[in-house]
Amino acid sequence: MITLTINGLEVSVEEGTTILEAAQFLGFPIPTLCHMEGLTPYGACRLCVVEIGEGPNAKLVSSCTYLAEQGLKVRTASKRVMRARMMIIELLLASCPQSKIIQDLASKYDVRQQRFRQEYEDCILCGRCVRMCEEQMMAKAIGFRGRGQNRSIGTPFDIPSDICRQCGGCIYVCPACTLRCTYTEPEKAICGGCANISPPCIQKDHFDDLMCYMDPCVACEIKKE
Amino acid sequence: MDEQVIEKIVAEHHGSLGGILTILSEVQAKYGYLPEDSLRRVAATTNVSLTDLYGVATFYKAFSLKPRGKHLVSVCLGTACHVRGAARIAEELCKQLGVQPGETTADKEFTLETVNCLGGCALGPIVVVDGRYYTNVRKSKVAEILRKTRAGLDKPQGNHGFPLTIQCPHCQQNLMDPAKPIDGVPSIHLTLCWNGGRHSLHLSCFYGSFVSACDEEIPVDSVVGIVCPKCGRDLTSEWTCLECGAGMARLLVQEGAALMVCTRSGCKGRRLDLDTILAEETNRPNQE
Repeated sequence: MITLTINGLEVSVEEGTTILEAAQFLGFPIPTLCHMEGLTPYGACRLCVVEIGEGPNAKLVSSCTYLAEQGLKVRTASKRVMRARMMIIELLLASCPQSKIIQDLASKYDVRQQRFRQEYEDCILCGRCVRMCEEQMMAKAIGFRGRGQNRSIGTPFDIPSDICRQCGGCIYVCPACTLRCTYTEPEKAICGGCANISPPCIQKDHFDDLMCYMDPCVACEIKKE
Repeated sequence: MDEQVIEKIVAEHHGSLGGILTILSEVQAKYGYLPEDSLRRVAATTNVSLTDLYGVATFYKAFSLKPRGKHLVSVCLGTACHVRGAARIAEELCKQLGVQPGETTADKEFTLETVNCLGGCALGPIVVVDGRYYTNVRKSKVAEILRKTRAGLDKPQGNHGFPLTIQCPHCQQNLMDPAKPIDGVPSIHLTLCWNGGRHSLHLSCFYGSFVSACDEEIPVDSVVGIVCPKCGRDLTSEWTCLECGAGMARLLVQEGAALMVCTRSGCKGRRLDLDTILAEETNRPNQE
């Protein structure tokens, strides 16, 4: 067993436990986007930063990838941590402003505006879908492509993969993007999982638009064409 | 796509994930780029997922998934070259070639790319064309560089090859054609039989140069017949090409040797044989 201190509280955890798991065990809230139980820790979103060490040696680490150490002093909500976290949220807002989850995070951490060039991406490259596809679905149909500014997630050559079983797992785990579904451009669709869900307006003749939970709606988009 | 080629390359470097880079760069060296089929083939033979391979192939700038031109033009846009005006050089190249960096001209002659440093900062701005470094490039020199590349990079350079004087092995007549110089010297004149027609074929007489001119467009990989333009006799011999297995045409070199030329269009199989001709010459008096 390893004993460490989180925000002044001592806790004993088993070897191999991450700081994030230890903090969650004690009930300290640490926001995460790329972390998901059952998938290997990846440390992509950096939202889970915590401060470890003391004095001039203190440093910021991502708690989802950092293993607990004997006698480690962790602060999950120090001034420095909060500043770093707010900056990360600002950057996420700059790239993915439409994401409900990121908007919620911003409001929770009192981020009212962001100072960067506004983009309208629908992916924060957290790699959850990639890991889901590989580790849980044993498919590896999607992966990272390109690098730097041109990094993206998708199938090789942008054509529907033979390995993909259209399980929809990638959409299900996506933390940021409800817009991920690209069914209206079927040849580009990553999984096409939404095609398995029948839109309510097809089953019922009279259906109030406001009631539709599908946005963008598969049926509506097809009719438009 | 030649499956055996890919399988051979994979077999040479199989084992670890680290071999992937070497495999991909060798495939690229073979085809000039990474064709989709080749990536699928590598994935199937190495058991590395296509997704990972594609990730690697798109991550490194050295790999290209699109066919590249005959000549690769790289403009350095590193800091030192940049302050010396490399951006203007790149602009001029874009203008003259009519493509953007990363694109290939419509005639498949040039591919333009920008690189971030070539390590020759004191010599900037630098433009590298097919491995040749042009230093201190000015805007006015761009046209000259392109013209030179277009005209002459196929020429043998330095001691790259040596000229041969060729005779017909049957009628012993000289087959050199001064009217049609290739690489600046008279070329070898032959008659090519393909698809029922006869065409005139001129080969560079440099051993080591593969420049040729034919008045008919012959599709790559088709095996043709070669006859002497003077006596009309078939020059094809019983020898087979070591590269591709097609038959080889046998020509006589005045200096005393036999030159074998592969009859498959596009194949670079050549062989200079000193032994056979010597053996034949010693045999000849006995036969007569």
